[in-house]
Order: sequence, then C-alpha cells, then structure tokens
Amino acid sequence: MKLNSKIPGGPIEKKWDDHRFHLKLINPANKRKYTVVVVGTGLAGASAAASLAELGYNVITLCYHESPRRAHSIAAQGGINAPKNYTNDGDSVYRLFYDTVKGGDYRAREANVYRLAQVSGSIIDQCVAQGVPFAREYGGLLDNRSFGGAQVSRTFYARGQTGQQLLLGAYSAMVRQMDAGKVKLFARREMLDLVVVDGKARGVVCRNLVNGSIESYVGDAVILATGGYGNVFYLSTNAMMCNGSATWRAHKKGALFGNPCFTQIHPTCIPVSSGHQSKLTLMSESLRNDGRIWVPKAKDDKRQATDIPESDRDYYLERLYPSFGNLVPRDVASRRAKEMCDKGLGVGPTKLAVYLDFADTIKRNGKEYIEEKYGNLFDMYQQITGENAYVSPMRIYPAVHYTMGGLWVDYNLESTIPGMFVLGEANFSDHGANRLGASALMQGLADGYFIIPYTIGDYLASNKFTPVDTSHAAFQDAEKGLSAMTKKLMGINGKRTVDDFHKALGKVMWDDVGMARDAKSLKNAIKEIPRIREEFWKDVRIPGSDGNFNQELEKAHRVADFLELGELMARDALHRKESCGGHFRQEYQTADGEALRDDKKFSYVAAWEFKGVDKTPALHKEPLKFEYVKPAQRSYK
Amino acid sequence: MSSSMKITLKVWRQAEKNARGRLMTYSVPDVSPDMSFLEMLDMVNNTLVRKGEDAIAFDHDCREGICGTCSLYINGRAHGPLKGVATCQLHMRSFSDGDTIVVEPWRASPFPVIKDLVVDRSSFDRIMQAGGYVSVRTGGVPDANAIPIPKAVADEAFDAAACIGCGACVAACKNSSAMLFVSAKVSQLALLPQGNAERRQRAERMVAQMDAEGFGSCSNTYACEAECPKEISVSNIARLNREFIRAKVL
Ligand SMILES: Cc1cc2nc3c(=O)[nH]c(=O)nc-3n(C[C@H](O)[C@H](O)[C@H](O)COP(=O)(O)OP(=O)(O)OC[C@H]3O[C@@H](n4cnc5c(N)ncnc54)[C@H](O)[C@@H]3O)c2cc1C
Ligand code: SF4
Ligand code: FES
Repeated sequence: MKLNSKIPGGPIEKKWDDHRFHLKLINPANKRKYTVVVVGTGLAGASAAASLAELGYNVITLCYHESPRRAHSIAAQGGINAPKNYTNDGDSVYRLFYDTVKGGDYRAREANVYRLAQVSGSIIDQCVAQGVPFAREYGGLLDNRSFGGAQVSRTFYARGQTGQQLLLGAYSAMVRQMDAGKVKLFARREMLDLVVVDGKARGVVCRNLVNGSIESYVGDAVILATGGYGNVFYLSTNAMMCNGSATWRAHKKGALFGNPCFTQIHPTCIPVSSGHQSKLTLMSESLRNDGRIWVPKAKDDKRQATDIPESDRDYYLERLYPSFGNLVPRDVASRRAKEMCDKGLGVGPTKLAVYLDFADTIKRNGKEYIEEKYGNLFDMYQQITGENAYVSPMRIYPAVHYTMGGLWVDYNLESTIPGMFVLGEANFSDHGANRLGASALMQGLADGYFIIPYTIGDYLASNKFTPVDTSHAAFQDAEKGLSAMTKKLMGINGKRTVDDFHKALGKVMWDDVGMARDAKSLKNAIKEIPRIREEFWKDVRIPGSDGNFNQELEKAHRVADFLELGELMARDALHRKESCGGHFRQEYQTADGEALRDDKKFSYVAAWEFKGVDKTPALHKEPLKFEYVKPAQRSYK
Repeated sequence: MSSSMKITLKVWRQAEKNARGRLMTYSVPDVSPDMSFLEMLDMVNNTLVRKGEDAIAFDHDCREGICGTCSLYINGRAHGPLKGVATCQLHMRSFSDGDTIVVEPWRASPFPVIKDLVVDRSSFDRIMQAGGYVSVRTGGVPDANAIPIPKAVADEAFDAAACIGCGACVAACKNSSAMLFVSAKVSQLALLPQGNAERRQRAERMVAQMDAEGFGSCSNTYACEAECPKEISVSNIARLNREFIRAKVL
C-alpha cells in the first residue's frame, strides 16, 4: 500500500488556499441529497456536524453519551491557542507553526501544522460569536495566558473550564441544526463497526445502549470524531468511558493506524493514592504560569514542605532550563519529575510526587489573584486530597493524558478507507510525538469548523454513490458479526470482572509501555498482553443480559479492543529505535538525558495495517519532509 | 494509611423503565475514606459481579465534576451532603464508620428511570434545542475583539454558563421545576451582546419547551440553588422572569 498524504505543492503559506480553490464544490441545492454520519459529539464532532448541516448536508450524529454536551472535551481546563498577537509579544501564524513542529519533536507534517495555525484565529472569533464567555481584561478585551513550549501568551481561556465553554458553544451550534431538522441525534449509541460498501465507507453499526438492539446508520460518508485511547492504561486523566473502539474497529476494517505509541504523559496530575483509584485528575498546565515545581535537595527530608527553606529546595526545571523554566513542554517536565522521583527525591506518602508551589505568587499578587484564575482547580484538588493548596504546595505526578497517535489521515483528513474521515484526537495528524498545551482544543475545532466542510465536499463531488440501505449484505454481515461478538462475551461466564482485566492491562502498559520504555520492557509487553487477552476471552464475567442497559457489557467491548490496541502500541514503540517527544526509549538519550532522535532512520509516520488478531501487523511509512523548520535537537535551555 | 470503614448501602434497584423498583441493602466492609463515592460503588459492583449478581447501574463519566453525567440522590440530597460538589467529587471521608447511606435516582417525571440509578435527561437537550443558542454560522463572524465586553459582565455570564446540565435542580425541587437550568442559559446569552438579537424568542421558546416536557413551575423555595453543584444563583431565575415578561409585553 502506498500512502498518499496529498499535501499540496507551493509555498507553505499558500498551500491551504490553493488547495481549497482546487477542491470540488457541490451546489447548495444538491448538498441536501447527501447524508454524512458523524460519530462523536466532542469538539471535533459537534463542530463538524453543525458546520456540515449549515451547508445543507443531512447529518446523522451518534454518541455513546447520554447527551452530546457530555463528551470528554468538556473536561479540558486550561485553554486554546491562537496567534492573535493581542498581547503584542511577537506572536504570528509562523511562530505558532514553528512552536508546534518543534514541540512535536519533528514528527508532524509541516503542511498540516501550518494550516492549523492559520485557521486557529478564526476559531476564537467563531466561539466569541457563539457567546463563549472567555476571560476578559478590565478594558473588555480578551485575556491571554502562557502554556508550555511557548514564550508568548497566546492561550485564550474561560477560567479553568475552557473545554466546557467551547464544547457548549459547539453543542449550541449543533442543537441549532437539530432545531432546523438538519442534524439527527442518536445518543446512547456505541458504534462498534464500520460498514464499507464497494470500497467506500457507507455507514456504521451500533449497539443501542439503552435496549441493547443492534442498529445501522447509512450515509454517503462517515466521520469519526471519537476521541483518544489514553484509557488503554486504565488510569489516565480521560473520562471513564473514553475508549478506542470506534477507531480500532475501523482499523480492523482496513484503516491504517498512525504512530500508535505516541502517548502524552502530562506532568501535573494528582498522584495515585491507592489501588481503588478509578481515574487520575489533571491539574491544568496553566498552573505552571504561577506555580513553581521543586523537590527537596536531600533524600527523605521529613519536614513539611513549608518548613523547608529555599536553600534546601531544588527548583529543578528552573535550574535545568533557565529560559523556559517551569514552562518546558510536557514530555520534558514529565520525564524530569520521574527522574527526580527515581532518584528518591519524591515527596508525599508514596514518594511518587513533586511539589507545585504557589507561595511566591500568593505573596506577590495575593490569594484572590490565584482564586480568580484557578479557583476551581484548587477546589478540585481539595476535594480529592483533602488538602488546601493555598496553604501548602500541591503534590503532582505525571499521568497519561492524551494520545497523539490515531488513525492515519491525509491532508484532507481522510483515512485509508475512502469516505471515512477522522477528526480531533482520534486522528494522528498534527502533534507529532508530543502535543503542546492548549492545542488539542484548537485542532478539534479546526478540523470540525474549518477543514472538513471543504474536504468532504470534494470527496462527495468526486464520487458516485449507489443507493444502499441497511438491508445491504455489508450492513447485515456487520450486524451479525456484532451480535455474535456480544453473545460470545455474554457467554463466557467466567470469574473475573472486566475491571480486573483492564487493571491488569493497564499495569503492563504503564510499567512497560509508559514514560520510559526499552526493548526489554516492550518485548515483555508484547508477550504479556496477548496472554491477558486470552484469559479475558476465557474468564471474564458479564452479568445481566445483552438485551438492555448493561454497563459491564459496554466496558467489555471496550476492553476487548484495548487488549489488541495495547499490543500494537508496544510493537510500534519497539520498532521506533529512537526517542522523540513523548516516546522515550531509555536506550536513546543524550548525555544530559534529553530525547535522542534518529532523523535519518525515523523521520516518518509509522502507519500500521491490521493483519488479524495474533498476527504481526504490517508497517507502512510516510516520510516526513521538513522544508521550513529544520530538525534540530530541541532545546528549552 | 487511613483506617477502613464499614458502610451499609440502601440502593434503588429497578430493572428497566416500567419495572417496579425497590431499595436493596448491601453491606460494604473495607471502605477507605480516600475513596470517592463512585469508587466505593465500583468496588461494590465488582463484588456483585464476582458473586454472579447484576451490577448497580449509575451514570458517570468525567469524575471531575464537569460533564454533568453523574447524579444520585444520597441520603435525601441531590449530589449528597456537600455544598457545591457533584456526586463524583464526593469522597467517603464525608461519611463515618457504621453509616447507612440511601442512594436513589433523580425523581422527576420528565426524567424517567432507565435502569437502577440511571435516568433519561434528554428533555434538557430538547429545551436547549428550542433556542439555547446564538444563530451564527461557521465563518463570517467579526474579529473576537471587535466587541469589548466589560469584565464584570463577562464574569457574570460565565457564572451562569458554568451550569453542567446535571438536573440536580429539578431533582431537588418539589415541583420538578427546571427553571434554574433554563435561566442559566437564558441569562448567559441575555447578558452578552451576542445573544441580544434573539433574546425574546429565546426566553419564550425555551420556557414553552420546558412546560411541554412536563417540568413544574417555580414556587421560589430555592432548593435548586442549595443543591446545585455549580452554585448557579437563583438571581438567574429572576432574570429569566424579566426576559419572559419583556418578550410577552414588548
Ligand atoms: C482533563 C483534560 C484536560 C484537557 N485540557 C486541555 C486544554 O486545556 N487544552 C487543550 O487544547 N486540550 C486539552 N485536553 C485535550 C482535549 O480536551 C481533547 O483532546 C479533545 O477535547 C478531544 O476532543 P474530540 O472531539 O476529539 O473527542 P471527545 O471530546 O473525546 O469526544 C468523543 C466523542 O465521541 C463519542 N464516541 C467515542 N466513541 C464512540 C463510539 N464507539 N460510538 C459512538 N460515539 C462514540 C463520545 O460519545 C464523544 O461524543 C484535555 C484533556 C483532558 C483529559
Ligand atoms: S443549574 Fe445547577 S443543578 Fe441545575 S442543571 Fe445546572 S448545574 Fe445542575
Ligand atoms: S461524572 Fe462528570 S460531573 Fe460527575
């Protein structure tokens, strides 16, 4: 298979405009003859559904949530980037582009990133017009703050609830189209198969989560905007239901999976406290604007944090990276925190934590200043830990947060299955080996509002569609396949719960495919995961019936997929014999412990083809060319 | 490490919408005060499943108090005993060893039970659909800084926009009124210049849809504000009433 990224020619700043000019259009009256199935109603899905419906397409949208507004995008805290340069600190489209390519450790496509930076300003305009209450200054204009990996203030935010406000904005645009009859919503439906007819994606098969029935939805094109798969690690900052099933099942139908091992471990999360923990909670990166990270200089310092004098503290990020200080990119901050804890300098009962301290800012600007900016995060911290972070520093530790990997897509966001487009965190596209803060919201909305409306039109205009309905053999087969799998799961009747298996998988993933990996640990994972998978299919127990609401069954479908996806992640990580961004191979590091890339051998996207469970997947490579930002050893010193 | 507690749970079990439900008792040993309430339920569920019984169905997702998915009436209070805290953020340290805890679903006829503690809140989406938006299309909007909005106004709009759509206000209200929820959205958009053009129709249509869904009327007891996990203020209800009257008379 030859991967064609369809990156347009010409200078980078003109690619998108030229490309749009060459994309075919569908006249307004004809758009209503087409139906697009959009799976997912997070930022990417809701913005796509609304924008396509506004153009005149009929949109069918599905989510496993009870309401579109509950998609995981709602939980994003810190903010969204755009190079508006309202702060006059030297920002520009080119600088955002540059920062993102560099932040991604030179493993992203330049053309995609440039386009992302180009359209991001319009996102802010769009959201403000919808009534999104972004933070403002006293003069009434929009306020900005800084995020990691950047030396300018380009992040727009709505207190600590930016994702919520942006999602409610996209949701409002979408319900407006529901009101107009152009978007039909099917909530509490989980897509569990993709249907391909004559080589084109033509619909999906779902389980109705309320009554268990198997349902098919037909369209002329399918969009997956189903979010990331960080929950393969069991513990992550993702919501409990986040999963990889939609993309994984599409992968099994032929869509290649790009860079599956690129996982982001976020440096500032509330540390794990015990085995009953069901998820980890992020403390937004924006806190690094005002908080300073440190550990005691001496091992086993038994004093309270506030009793440790300045001279006995190591503000290690400020020491190692004087120019970026606490605002180094996430991968760097996470790795350094782990290193400190590995050296025995960690704090708190488990010793797996470092301090994030606000005392200086509180002294300088007062408690109100912190309350106003981060009040909800401090409340959340208190709820979970029972501690007051205004008085003593927060304890934080890295946790799985985001997956840069995802289904491979070309410049049009189309996967290797014609007619199936993938948006948002579900695709692999713009962040390379490490995502910068506040750029996932940007990417999801760029994909949905400003890219897919054009590129899908070209696909629809360039293809002929034979009419199909759910009686078509391809739909019938997919329905039967799903029913059979569900029956099989229900029939195992073993002794262990779905959570038991998920935890076992999560432990292997964290220990062997986590923040620091090497050939030995990865080989171990490739051996262990199939073993857990085999046990799962012999010994899992799902109560109740498949004919009604059954959350254990929902989880079982998801964990079954994680047990395959996790193995692919390990294989990808093993084959990539270099370190880059969030992919840190112990064997490949510089003398001062930074990621050591091998551009000669690995400057490509790894796109994996499914060959069957228990079969070795096939690797395809999309070479990456850097014409503008020349790869160099990333330096944040 | 903190000591473990023994808790007795009385949980509403109901097989499906039209089935009869009842409270079932479970005794739960080994509850850690650091567990969240939902992690305690996870533990109970894993035990039930291993014993061959059906797990207790309850809605949840983010477990960070932001998605609005969790619900639960705990000891007669929506989202449990703490003020300004959603069920998913409640921790067992708020209870004591030996406590009996009664857990029920939201009870309101516009929120029919799906199973056990899970209810159907899609009526909220239909209310939003009836005008809970600003009619702008993608593209072709002015620059974000074209309209300055005083910080105090933006902050007030934000306070209203913080509603997570959980439905606790309805569950807490003896009339099952959705006024706090509706007024939060109407206020957010009425306060901002962007929402101004459609403010009349918005107030009218959203209230009409709320009535059509079978939510009751507001009799100013303010149980909603007391139980709202986001502490949405009842002053929004007053604003909704003004918007509504204005729509009717002007
Ligand atoms: C705690 C947290 C904080 C974050 N903060 C920030 C931030 O400050 N800035 C930033 O830029 N990014 C942030 N991120 C990342 C960002 O929030 C996400 O990457 C982004 O919101 C993902 O959006 P999405 O639309 O791709 O997917 P999601 O919002 O995850 O939506 C997925 C949708 O797909 C549906 N779905 C999934 N699978 C199926 C299926 N099989 N069948 C039917 N429906 C399905 C779901 O119901 C849902 O509607 C944060 C992430 C986390 C976890
Ligand atoms: S007003 Fe409060 S209680 Fe009601 S839905 Fe909104 S957040 Fe929940
Ligand atoms: S689970 Fe999201 S608010 Fe409680």
